[in-house]
Amino acid sequence: METVDYILANWPLIASRTGEHISIVGVAVGLAILTGVPIGIAITQNRRAAASVLYAASIVITIPSIALFGMMIPILSLIGQGIGYLPAVIAVLLYSQLPIIRNTYTAITNVDPALREAARGMGLTRLQRLREVELPIAVPVIMSGVRVAVVMNIGVTAIAAYIGAGGLGAFISRGISQTDPRQLVTGALAVSVLAVVSDFALLALQRLLTSPGLREARAA
Amino acid sequence: MIRLDRVSKVFAGASAPAVDHVSMEIPAGEICVLLGPSGCGKTTTMKMVNRLIEPTSGEIYIDGKSTADQDPVQLRRTLGYVIQQIGLFPNKTIGENICIVPDILGWNRMRSRKRAAELLEMVALDPAIFIDRYPKELSGGQQQRIGVLRAIAADPPVLLMDEPFGAIDPINREIIQDEFLKMQATLKKTIMFVSHDIDEAVKMADRIAIFREGRLVQYDSPDNILAHPANAFVSDFFGGDRTLKRLQLLRVPDAMIHDPPTVTADDPLDRAAALMAEHGHTSIVMVGPRGRPRGFVDLKTARDGRGKVGENHESLATTIKLSENLRTAVSTMFRHDVTWLACVDEDGVLKGYVTLRGITHLLAGAYRDG
Repeated sequence: METVDYILANWPLIASRTGEHISIVGVAVGLAILTGVPIGIAITQNRRAAASVLYAASIVITIPSIALFGMMIPILSLIGQGIGYLPAVIAVLLYSQLPIIRNTYTAITNVDPALREAARGMGLTRLQRLREVELPIAVPVIMSGVRVAVVMNIGVTAIAAYIGAGGLGAFISRGISQTDPRQLVTGALAVSVLAVVSDFALLALQRLLTSPGLREARAA
Repeated sequence: MIRLDRVSKVFAGASAPAVDHVSMEIPAGEICVLLGPSGCGKTTTMKMVNRLIEPTSGEIYIDGKSTADQDPVQLRRTLGYVIQQIGLFPNKTIGENICIVPDILGWNRMRSRKRAAELLEMVALDPAIFIDRYPKELSGGQQQRIGVLRAIAADPPVLLMDEPFGAIDPINREIIQDEFLKMQATLKKTIMFVSHDIDEAVKMADRIAIFREGRLVQYDSPDNILAHPANAFVSDFFGGDRTLKRLQLLRVPDAMIHDPPTVTADDPLDRAAALMAEHGHTSIVMVGPRGRPRGFVDLKTARDGRGKVGENHESLATTIKLSENLRTAVSTMFRHDVTWLACVDEDGVLKGYVTLRGITHLLAGAYRDG
């Protein structure tokens, strides 16, 4: 009951921290799409490059977030950004690479070779084949990679409160340091709700971006 | 017109060439079927024409221009391409699929969609229903038709077809083949068509090119190849019944005895007997007032009987139309246990008759000359 009162009393604070949270994850995953999708497409040309890139991205994802933040402090301090928004965005950007690159790579390599041949045989250039055929067919799989990245990194961002990045993690870190279960539960609850809502919103976006010709019969 | 001049392809790491010094010429407006067992080089040969595979040596000319001098992407846009797996883009509507080449060529959208609608009507698919559907909503046969339409949308003079009807069930395949031949009769594309189906080749081809182990073994009209196979490989490939396959290349008029003597119901039997004796026939057809066959009398009845033809005739088991091929004619004879058939035109008027003996004589003619 106390927690409910706390939530009701601190509604504006929750909203502003949710805003910070979304801004970190949104900007970082947005940048990750801009880097990860082209990388995922590029490595379809070379099996060995694909193996190394995916391996590297897998290693990155195994680094505990708190350690990653710690490692970035001395490096980013050189430009006066050791803590706060920038390291949080960079961490999320790095963690997002694996699901996005891997899904893009898998989706593009799984495009039916007959479609590729038909497109090539009809005189589509490499770029036209990507734009007209391969990417539209890969969209649902790429988007599911984006969803994984977003949900996972909403959790990672909660920890970024410890390096002063703000966001919903601030409720949790204060709750722990002040032994205040109200803040702790509020933070945990808000992070969970944000993750679930984001996932559904992205699922809706995924449906919107997927050609009706590719949708499952029941989903149409 | 497509001309191959000593074209070879040796794949990296392969000991023998996949295609070995193949020279051939496909005249404009003809269908050439490349035929042979799998791995004989027919598909490789075709893919060298649109440079999906680059020849190791030799030249390919289309309308006198060497393909090697052209940009492969531009070249492919002038060569329609149909593949066995169809390869319709599932993310695009039927209209978008058909218009893919017009779209990348920058046609105005109104013009290309109008073209798509015309093409759909050509294969009896209602544009209002189909143009905005997606490939997954179509049956295999419908998808294959769209595959062909997509290849001809930008009106390329040349079509390359890689086992285009191979994945379709036999009944639909026949229908689509007939439909395609009808289309080709007006479109007059120059077509290179890869197949491993002998009956399909015999049916579709103006010329057949037989491949074996990368070499062109024989290149001739279907009838000549069936009648005069160049070697044991070709004759084995077509099988022991290859002469029967020739039957479907020949039409009823080829073997028909034209304008035979006829009698009417009012003629006396004596006259029927006299006519048969005069022409050396053993039966004579009785026709009605408008020249339609009504029945027949045989020589024995005419000689022994008395009275009029109308009182002694037997009815005809069946007749055959002039537009049918001889395979159908022979099959009809077998089915009705007769050795001759009266031939009628579209109005049912008697034009002549074919006999089993006349057909065997016609088929054997090709062997006597050679």
